[in-house]
Amino acid sequence: MAEIKIRQVAKQYGSTHALHSIDLEIADQEFLVLLGASGCGKTTLLRIVAGLETATSGEVWIGDKRVDKLPPRDRNIAMVFQNYAVFPHLTVFENIAFGLRMAKLPQTEVDRRVTRTAELMHIEALLKRYSGQLSGGQRQRVAVARALAMEPEVLLMDEPLSNLDALLRMEMRAELKTVLAESKTTTIYVTHDQVEAMSMADRIAIMNKGEIVQASSAVEVYRNPAAHFVGSFIGNPPMNFLDATSAGEGVWNVAGVQLKGPVSTQKKLQFGIRPEDIIVHQEGSAEAMGDRPSMVATVRVLEPLGSHLLASCRIGDEILRVVLDSDAPVKPGDELRWSPAPDRIRWFDPASELAVA
Amino acid sequence: MYPKSLPYLLLLPATLFLVLFFLYPFTLVAWQAFTTDTGDFTGEFFQEMATHWKFNTAMLNTFLLVLAVVPFQMVLALYMATLVNGMTRGRDFILYIWTIPLGISDLAAGLIWLAIFEQSGFLNSMLHGLGVIEQPVGFLGYQNKGTIFLAIVLAETWRATAIVLVILVSGMGLIPKEYAEAAEVFGASRWQRFIRVTLPMLKPSLQTAMILRVILAFEVFAVVVALGGTNLPVLMSEVFTWQYELRDANVAAAYALVILAISIACTLVIMWALRVPKGARV
Amino acid sequence: MSQSTQTAKLMVDGPVHGRGPWHRYVFTGIVVLLCLWVLVPIYLLVVNTLSSPADVNAFPKRLVPDVNTESVRFFLNFAGVGQALWSSVKVATLTMILSILAGAPAGYALSRFDFRGKGSFRVLVLMTRAFPLPLLALPLAVMYIRVGLDDSILGLALVHTTLALPFAVLITYSLFSGIPIELEEAAWTLGCNRLEAFQKVILPLVLPGITASAIFAFVISWNEVFAAAVLTIENRTLPAFLLQGLSVAPLHLKFAGGAVLVLPALIFIFLVRKYLFSMWGIANR
Repeated sequence: MAEIKIRQVAKQYGSTHALHSIDLEIADQEFLVLLGASGCGKTTLLRIVAGLETATSGEVWIGDKRVDKLPPRDRNIAMVFQNYAVFPHLTVFENIAFGLRMAKLPQTEVDRRVTRTAELMHIEALLKRYSGQLSGGQRQRVAVARALAMEPEVLLMDEPLSNLDALLRMEMRAELKTVLAESKTTTIYVTHDQVEAMSMADRIAIMNKGEIVQASSAVEVYRNPAAHFVGSFIGNPPMNFLDATSAGEGVWNVAGVQLKGPVSTQKKLQFGIRPEDIIVHQEGSAEAMGDRPSMVATVRVLEPLGSHLLASCRIGDEILRVVLDSDAPVKPGDELRWSPAPDRIRWFDPASELAVA
Repeated sequence: MYPKSLPYLLLLPATLFLVLFFLYPFTLVAWQAFTTDTGDFTGEFFQEMATHWKFNTAMLNTFLLVLAVVPFQMVLALYMATLVNGMTRGRDFILYIWTIPLGISDLAAGLIWLAIFEQSGFLNSMLHGLGVIEQPVGFLGYQNKGTIFLAIVLAETWRATAIVLVILVSGMGLIPKEYAEAAEVFGASRWQRFIRVTLPMLKPSLQTAMILRVILAFEVFAVVVALGGTNLPVLMSEVFTWQYELRDANVAAAYALVILAISIACTLVIMWALRVPKGARV
Repeated sequence: MSQSTQTAKLMVDGPVHGRGPWHRYVFTGIVVLLCLWVLVPIYLLVVNTLSSPADVNAFPKRLVPDVNTESVRFFLNFAGVGQALWSSVKVATLTMILSILAGAPAGYALSRFDFRGKGSFRVLVLMTRAFPLPLLALPLAVMYIRVGLDDSILGLALVHTTLALPFAVLITYSLFSGIPIELEEAAWTLGCNRLEAFQKVILPLVLPGITASAIFAFVISWNEVFAAAVLTIENRTLPAFLLQGLSVAPLHLKFAGGAVLVLPALIFIFLVRKYLFSMWGIANR
């Protein structure tokens, strides 16, 4: 158990920058998820912490030991790989015992730890089998058991659930969360699946183009995206963005309606609102007559998704997605009068793409 | 995490080996072919080689053999490969049988076919048994160049089709079946699928097999000696004669350079003819 | 109908042999014919080998031998045969060891690292395919006299290694490439250094394949005749010995010799049959 400090870690392959000076601290016992699209550098960062790749510059600390010059075996880490990397020539028992034997633990201790982690992962019955006789989910369990048996200071997981089918993934997600919470091991978990990230993480670090854009709790990254990218990456459907032009100090013109917003020297900003934070005004209802400014959007496509109805609308050239009630009486071509929930409006600088307070 | 020198260290033995026993000897052979014992540059060895009465015959025989053997065995191997792919049962067994000649040397193949074609051999015995001939025929006698040639072609085809088969079968294994299925959905017949989908995708394997076979066919030696003795000179047997019997290493080297030049030229032509544009590979 | 479900399973389909029982018969007939084409000549060699010298030279011949080991015994007791056999074994074994020792590390480096000069090395290896390698024996014959390797087992084994090495490199390259690098990385994170990870994880997994490529190298050397004939005089290998005797030796000696030459090769190919195709699949690229 230890904290991890990543200081100004950069990685270059030839002339391409895979990572630009990453700074990140992970507290002792924290479960941190690195979330991003493929190619954003999340796996590279994980592998640099593991010691499987060398950073071009920067430092990695685990506990109070600087580890970035050490080989993986001296870092007191354990890792779970995307394809599990269960050794095909060894039994499940010997797979779990592999690291313990390398550490030359006495046989009784090896037995104890293998039995304990196998029970934890519910694979006691499989200990004599070989990898080829296991299903994907079982292999996954062996890989986690093998890592946990090491009782490492830091557990690194590289998309461990991405090779499982959807149902199994959901099951394993909950199970892993329980097991890892009990083990109290500092964990870095890489995934491209935002649901997985949000459901498991203490804190999510969202990466884009080799940089960490935001590192906060699930609710925080959803409610208060620090950048345009986070708003558009997190949430399904993602946040809506509309152009806003200045109409006096602290007043912005969005789709023909004036809204109160931040005071800024900029001429243009972007207005952001999540699809479920849009209030639709029924024609002729009292609500529509309220003092809130209301905008008009034309419904183009309707997608009934069971729990709700997703409407893709147009406002001029811009697209607005709105989450409606499943039985909302709308059809394509209808005009929708709507207004944003005032406390959920977010503003972004179009140049820096960062949020504006 | 590894020291920068590790890959080079691992490559070092193989590289040293190839430089010392592959690149260096080829400069030596060129040197030998072009210089006299005193170190002067000369073309006399090439002249001696080219004016020798056997040179043209050897050259012609070699080319005729290559032309008779290689195209035939490419088509045969392609056919065998598609047969194998059409099998649901016994595929491995049939493949094993068909690849047996892979382990057999050219000398052994020559001896095997000698058992068939020699004067008291099985072909004569069979023809005699059928009453076609009264007396055994000297198929491999010096007056029967045609049957010697045929025997060599058969022996070479018999022996060396296996390697082509192996290359083509593994090449076909790399082509995902979805392509042929897609072609079928779009209305291509079996033959069209073979010509328009399988063959073009097999180009890299065809290229490998063709280069390998053409080069080995220009090196044809032991089969020829086993079946024809000195009756059917080929380039490689001339190299051997000059080196071993006439004890003239320089002319042998000149011959070697000629074979080398032909081999490289053929390789380049085949690479060009069967080239696959970058990005168009499976 | 069952025919169409069968074709759907195929990797690639052939140009002919469509539906219906009629095609089935033709198909089976052709396959059997091609098997006979391969097997009958070998059988005839066996017949000759197992016949007495008198029968071998007799005319007409019978297609079934009365199983007589006289020819084989004559061959094995013939002056120089024992030594030639022994030389062949020594050269082939040495070739096998040398080509794996030099080839496997190179194959590993090619599969695991990206480094400057990787392309050039591959070109060097592939270039060997465009060259008639046995011709190397000519200049080496001169060189060997200078360094005292003439007419030696080692000298010939070195030339044979040049023949076998490119295969060893490409085969081991494909073997190592077939093992996910994550297995090695997992071993590193579990406390292994590079060498330990190789020994405990990679080696057990590639050993059968390495054995196959070693056997392949053995066969290449065992079968090679030109370089062997040029480079050796006293230490003749079996093929060189037989080549030398072609014009003078009696028939039964030739055929028994041919059989002895073929037999180990057959066994070896049987042993490596599983690897033949995967070996070539990757070596093509």
